[in-house]
Amino acid sequence: MATNTNRPTSPHLQVYKLPLTGIISITHRMTGVMLSAGLILFVYIVSSVAGGATSYTAMQELMSVWLVKLIYWGFIYALFFHLCHGVRHLIWDAGKSFDRDTLNRYALIELGCSLVLTLLTLILTSE
Amino acid sequence: MDYRSPLARVRGLGSAKAGTFHWWMQRVTAVALIPLSYWLITFLNLSLNAPYQHTVEWLATPLNTLCIVAWVLAVFYHAALGLQVVIEDYIAAEGIKIVAVWTVNLSFLLLALAALIAVFRTLLIG
Repeated sequence: MATNTNRPTSPHLQVYKLPLTGIISITHRMTGVMLSAGLILFVYIVSSVAGGATSYTAMQELMSVWLVKLIYWGFIYALFFHLCHGVRHLIWDAGKSFDRDTLNRYALIELGCSLVLTLLTLILTSE
Repeated sequence: MDYRSPLARVRGLGSAKAGTFHWWMQRVTAVALIPLSYWLITFLNLSLNAPYQHTVEWLATPLNTLCIVAWVLAVFYHAALGLQVVIEDYIAAEGIKIVAVWTVNLSFLLLALAALIAVFRTLLIG
């Protein structure tokens, strides 16, 4: 297809100071990409369950390395963040809550909820 | 009614091919994933902490098998749909874009199959 590459460009992202809603918006996309990559970890875990007791123990050992644990909890937080902002997107899709006050209030609620859900998971699974 | 000129149609300009369906399925899978996340987290927690037999028995319970399989189907579909949007936003070159989208779709199909096979293999043990 004929595409004219010699077109004027408008001022790009770097000239703007992103508002909170903008930061959350790009974070939603970044967490989405990271969670997608994290699915490989899920396939590894479920495969090691299928592989029998030996591979299961090896998987548990690997998952208890602190760096892997950090990645795991990063995944859980990213999951809750993506879920909370996803709910927000569904509300937007219904044509609601586009005014500025609601935008900023919901942004804070999302951040709070994702943090609380992560901490709750941490507490409930630590016994 | 198609208002495009014959030349525009030949060049593939105008409305996208399956945009509405793509957008809609992204939402449908998103809604499904909200409650199913509970099963994912329970499964992950057991896998990381519980004794082997415990995890296998949990996964072999009909409701848990159902929800984990449903989660796998929804999540890999949702991820592939999402990554396609990201690729289309940032890659302008038509050829690389198509190859990247195909690669993502096929990879996630493969990963989904691997996950499903693993679940069913676990059922044979449990």
